[in-house]
Amino acid sequence: MSRVSIQAGDFDPAAELAALEASGGGGVASFTGIVRGDGGLIALELEHYPAMTTAQVERIVAEASERWPLLGVRVIHRFGRLEPGERIVFVGTASRHRTAALEACAFLMDWLKSQAPFWKKEYFADRTQWVEARAEDDAKADSWKR
Amino acid sequence: MLSLVYFAWVREAVGHDEERIERPAADVTIRALIAALAARGGGYAEAFAQPEKLRAALDQHFVPLDSPIGEAKELAIFPPVTGG
Repeated sequence: MSRVSIQAGDFDPAAELAALEASGGGGVASFTGIVRGDGGLIALELEHYPAMTTAQVERIVAEASERWPLLGVRVIHRFGRLEPGERIVFVGTASRHRTAALEACAFLMDWLKSQAPFWKKEYFADRTQWVEARAEDDAKADSWKR
Repeated sequence: MLSLVYFAWVREAVGHDEERIERPAADVTIRALIAALAARGGGYAEAFAQPEKLRAALDQHFVPLDSPIGEAKELAIFPPVTGG
């Protein structure tokens, strides 16, 4: 069972984990991304490509489900204005064993960073700037290519 | 007609998020169209002068800039993605 939500609102990681725990596997892995307040950041504005985002993230989830024997996958990615300390992304995976759950969770996060149509703009007191893609993130995503 | 959609700083430089243009010949590549857009000058020149900083999607699928536009209905042009 997999579910993808692209939403402006917050989410409850505990409720998401509980749902994954009920999927009958022996292990649940998850990652929750939080907005960092580095360098005096006031807010992030996340833009996305509404006509593409859900379908693209579902393709990434399908890829993970082909590679690992997953009993449950949950992906939530927020868009809009987010302040430091707010949750931005959640990936949860359930499987019979820990290796599949942990690896699939890492894979999903790496591919969300480099393969999902989101763009972050940073707001500071005196300026704004678009976040630039990092070669390191591309390299991490590429490391899963087979 | 072909719909062009823009995101992030490409959208800001161009000044709008969507427009419709006459459909180019099917074998015209995205890279060639980007060069034509840059030649409009102003914000377009700013947005499209450096294709190496751009990525594209045809009908909501990522494709390389050297792909022909073909029969696609929608071409999106944007910077490398930064989600997660």
